[in-house]
Amino acid sequence: MLAKRIIPCLDVMNGITVKGVNFTGLREAGNPVELGKRYSDEGADELVYLDISASSEGRKTFLGLVREVAKTLSIPFTVGGGIGSVDDVDKLLANGADKVSINSAALNHPELIEDIANRFGSQVCVVAIDAKRDESGMWMCYEKGGRFKTNKSLFDWAKEAEDRGAGEILFTSMEHDGVKNGYACNELRKLHEILHIPVIASGGCGCAEHFAEVFDSGKADAALAASVFHFGEINIIELKQFLHQRGINVRL
Amino acid sequence: MGTVIIKYNAGNIFSVKCALNRIGVDATVSDNLDVISSADRVIFPGVGEAAAAMRYLHSHGLDSVIKALKCPVLGICIGMQLLCRNSEEGNTQCLGIFDVDVKRFDNCGNHDFKIPQMGWNTVLSNEKNELSCQFPSKEEYVYFVHSYYVPVCKYTIMTADYIHSFSAAIRKDNFYAVQFHPEKSGKVGENILKNFMEL
Repeated sequence: MLAKRIIPCLDVMNGITVKGVNFTGLREAGNPVELGKRYSDEGADELVYLDISASSEGRKTFLGLVREVAKTLSIPFTVGGGIGSVDDVDKLLANGADKVSINSAALNHPELIEDIANRFGSQVCVVAIDAKRDESGMWMCYEKGGRFKTNKSLFDWAKEAEDRGAGEILFTSMEHDGVKNGYACNELRKLHEILHIPVIASGGCGCAEHFAEVFDSGKADAALAASVFHFGEINIIELKQFLHQRGINVRL
Repeated sequence: MGTVIIKYNAGNIFSVKCALNRIGVDATVSDNLDVISSADRVIFPGVGEAAAAMRYLHSHGLDSVIKALKCPVLGICIGMQLLCRNSEEGNTQCLGIFDVDVKRFDNCGNHDFKIPQMGWNTVLSNEKNELSCQFPSKEEYVYFVHSYYVPVCKYTIMTADYIHSFSAAIRKDNFYAVQFHPEKSGKVGENILKNFMEL
């Protein structure tokens, strides 16, 4: 039986892991390769590395980091952050990334999803969506790290991304992110119902119970978290034992 | 000539090379026909689309070289599918070493089975075989990413279950092939690569 996946996410700025709270304010969380190796040894099923460097120097550092991660880890990893073209994807894959996550560029140029899927296969293309409710209560997508509202609604855009060839949807609820009160299970369940591709839940994890909720009630295929792992609040070995005891199928 | 990884237009070659490095094997990545023909072991990896991959193999003369190999060969993922007869992906005629056709998963509208199958699933070794002989237990988790599969057939040496049972690994003579990614399957995957290196 296919296992539910636990995915630690590492935000990397100029070669160092950092963790933000509610999309602003950063704290350092260590060497990304060493941290990734530790998570892999503890039983993480995949990793996500997001490059949040703003400089071209930082981007170069990130490519070298991707190569080091590929050499060190024997589990799959996705990379994202600032990917805007098929050439960017080509470089990242050639340096050992298994998948790429695209966000703002896909919102502005949806055909990028088709270009990536046609060239490298759908399985490579993760479409990341940052969304929250607007004044009228509609779930809307935001771009540029959640700074700017777009005119695309979460559910329409997720469906469009699938139709264009996305292999997975990584949905971050900006309302839940950093609050540690649990994932956006209602919205995740709705995504599960309208999509044929896997959904990765992100934003809101504060304790092991939240993982159980997001798999049971949110129907997520995978759950992503950052700070609860970086700061040792949740140990992956213990988390998987807990989920197993709750009857959720995980890789032990 | 040692171990050669076939270089073609279907991704993740660097990952396979890295995984072999981790078990102490320095593999050559090549699309040179002589280098591949004289290899002691050949790995035929892949992440990609069947029709485009076959076109590339054919235009570079790699198809006939692969078919003629007598050394141990390991096909991975799309590499496995290309060793079969025909693939539903782009209705592609493949290399035909394994006399079986590749099919697309059909979840019949059941959203509990997403397509592609992406993630860790258990494989069951249905007989003692060289690839899985060092598994600690009978069932082990390995990493899959695929929308197409090889049905269970006379070549099947490992099975997995997704929607229905399918071939996780097949073998015919010197040709071995796995649907999952041993290079991304942690310790279990490393054991499979080690076992292949000892054939």
